[in-house]
Amino acid sequence: MAKAKVKRTSTSIDMTAMCDVSFLLLTFFILTATARQPDPLEIATPSSTVQYKLPDKGVVIVSVGKGKVFLDIVGQDVKRATLQKMGASYGVTFTEEETKRFSVLPAFGVPIGNLKQFLAMDGPQREKSGLQTGIPLDSTKNNELFNWLKEARLANGEIYGIDLNAAIKGDGKTEYPAIRKVVDVFQNQKINKFSLITSSEGGGE
Amino acid sequence: MAELDTSSGGGKKGGKVRTKKQATKVDLTAMVDLAFLLITFFMLTTSLSKPAAMEIAKPDKDAKDENRLELRESQTMTILLGKDDKIAWYMGEAGKSAPTIEGFGDIRSSLLSNKKKVKESTGRDIVIIVKPTDASTYKNFVDIMDEIAITKTNISAPAVDDDPKHILDSERDFMKSKGIF
Repeated sequence: MAKAKVKRTSTSIDMTAMCDVSFLLLTFFILTATARQPDPLEIATPSSTVQYKLPDKGVVIVSVGKGKVFLDIVGQDVKRATLQKMGASYGVTFTEEETKRFSVLPAFGVPIGNLKQFLAMDGPQREKSGLQTGIPLDSTKNNELFNWLKEARLANGEIYGIDLNAAIKGDGKTEYPAIRKVVDVFQNQKINKFSLITSSEGGGE
Repeated sequence: MAELDTSSGGGKKGGKVRTKKQATKVDLTAMVDLAFLLITFFMLTTSLSKPAAMEIAKPDKDAKDENRLELRESQTMTILLGKDDKIAWYMGEAGKSAPTIEGFGDIRSSLLSNKKKVKESTGRDIVIIVKPTDASTYKNFVDIMDEIAITKTNISAPAVDDDPKHILDSERDFMKSKGIF
């Protein structure tokens, strides 16, 4: 009997299309991923089991650690508008170039008087300069954190039309009174609901 | 697709010297593997890098008295956060019962048992007051809020009273005597 000849098919599949698709997706994800900004203040946040994620926009993060308070306003346009408002109320005018530099700044902790000088520097100089002494919040008269928050809330309302989320990112070892000071600043302008940023932790414990 | 047409066009015959045909096909499998690996990485990191946020609600500082809620002493548990990651807690009114001192490892079982006791004896839900003292750290505060959330002890948010003036003398004295203030 004659054997039926099975036609041999090639076992290699054309990968080109698959490769195209995967690289397209890869490019998309790389571009949409926001690069993690290095934090000027090293903070080890305590962990918790909460699953709620902080929104992408309309957030102000107050970092507390090593006795300093840093501020990070999320969103370049809000940052820009906030700086203009702060400049106006403190009588400091910021140029277009300075505003642009400020809008890409990660968390900062510079008193407003030194901000102009600080913005003129480049990355490594900023680290060395020692200007990042934290945002003053002690005295009732010169409470810059209060004003930053107030202006950021105004700017945020104008741009997005939503209420600002205030968040505290504190180092685990910070003494509680330091946190209370920040909470008091929040409550002085009737921010009674705020978030504490924690690193997530799997399951119980 | 990636292959080029290497066959000669017309099919001319003749004594031409045949060059050896080389395969133009490249094996893309490894490249695809790599691309998918990177895709997976980027997909996971974009959603995971968002920090988790714990919601805290505090009562208004200068709230009018009409909105205040009176707490029954039978259903309140006060938690004091002290030095060296120690907790002192007591049920009911301050000074009437001696507070219990615990570490963070045991507080969960106490929370659960107190919750059950209050529910059985009064039929009401337990109300928790957290008082972080100046000696406690931020981590203690986050931990206790987390424990309360895990044990679902408070249906509503626990009351946080961080005003140093609100720490009663009896509470302070007790904590001092135990060396956790």
